Amino acid sequence: MTSARRISGQGADETVDSDAAFEKFRQCAVEVLQVPEEKVTKEARFADDLDADSLDLVELVMALEESFDITVEETELENIETVGQAFDLIASKL
Amino acid sequence: MPGYHAPMAILAGKRILVTGVLTEESLAFGVARLAIEEGAEVVLTGAGRGLRLTERVARRLPSTPEVLEADVTVPDQLQAAASRLGQHWDRLDGLLHAIAYAPPEALGRGMFGAGWDQVSTALHVSTYSLKALVEHFGPLLEAAGRAGGASVVGLDFDATVAWPVYDWMGVAKAGLESLARYLARDLGPKGIRVNLVAAGPVRTVAAKSIPGFGTFEQTWKERAPLGWDVHDTTAVAKACVALFSDWFPMTTGELLHVDGGAHALGA
Ligand SMILES: NC(=O)c1ccc[n+]([C@@H]2O[C@H](COP(=O)([O-])OP(=O)(O)OC[C@H]3O[C@@H](n4cnc5c(N)ncnc54)[C@H](O)[C@@H]3O)[C@@H](O)[C@H]2O)c1
Repeated sequence: MTSARRISGQGADETVDSDAAFEKFRQCAVEVLQVPEEKVTKEARFADDLDADSLDLVELVMALEESFDITVEETELENIETVGQAFDLIASKL
Repeated sequence: MPGYHAPMAILAGKRILVTGVLTEESLAFGVARLAIEEGAEVVLTGAGRGLRLTERVARRLPSTPEVLEADVTVPDQLQAAASRLGQHWDRLDGLLHAIAYAPPEALGRGMFGAGWDQVSTALHVSTYSLKALVEHFGPLLEAAGRAGGASVVGLDFDATVAWPVYDWMGVAKAGLESLARYLARDLGPKGIRVNLVAAGPVRTVAAKSIPGFGTFEQTWKERAPLGWDVHDTTAVAKACVALFSDWFPMTTGELLHVDGGAHALGA
């Protein structure tokens, strides 16, 4: 029982952490792309849904690097099209 | 505008305006960084929707320079930037021109893919802008010219031959090469030198907007006797810094190749 509770507790913590990280990600996107918060969902596509072009993405990546204190290589961005993909990339570096 | 002072720096005491910093990959970013490391005081310019990016990337330099707004096609902005700079500085020792743009129709679609509307934009931003910048910052450059010499450096892509996909940008660069010589003629008597650095291909935002940029990377890989790294701006930055220094006092109207030697080989 105890261990089961601890495991589920851990899971919950991770979700909270990841939620907090996504919230931070979302604030960056809102600020840089100047889109309403509710549009920044993991399914949203940068080009089609958020009207972001390559310069916007460069700026967003710089903002994310500063906010999360990470570095992202240009080549890592090559096939990224959705908010979820970008967030996973950031999350993998935390 | 505090400077970062390194000992024995070759740009100690120089005041340099650097245009064209957009991202950390920008050739101008490499120049600004090395200029600061070599003791220069640097101010940047940014334009249009790239301005916010310039302001953000400025914070990644060894000391954060002021950023002035200056779209080279908007004379009012150039005038305002020059007056603002004049409030801090009584002279301008160096000016880097690192600006180019061509509409998509003018790149990669052959010479008949673009009309005058697109071609004129390419020439305005990429060629005429050298004269526009030098004109608006002229009084400050002349003050440095009287005080020992001013140096204007522009970035070029060798325009003596026709390249694949470069199209109207190639024509704009040929114009830039010619313009640099005429400006050298007119400004020499005022102590202002004007030189170009012809760089090999580097993967910047501007370069990535050229469809088929990979062709150049391949050509350089095959041709450059010294080799060439498309991710490294250091060699270009060093050449620009050298031209801003006091070590090329009798050089103007010159085109300096920093391309791993690729220009010297036919095939
Ligand atoms: N990257 C290369 O392979 C290469 C090779 C040789 C020469 N060059 C030259 O180097 C210079 C800098 O380009 P880069 O490759 O570093 O790319 P870049 O995209 O980082 O820089 C191009 C700059 O031009 C500026 N610009 C565009 N329109 C403007 C306008 N109307 N007013 C003011 N600024 C404007 C942009 O803001 C940007 O900072 C250009 O002249 C380019 O032709 C580049």
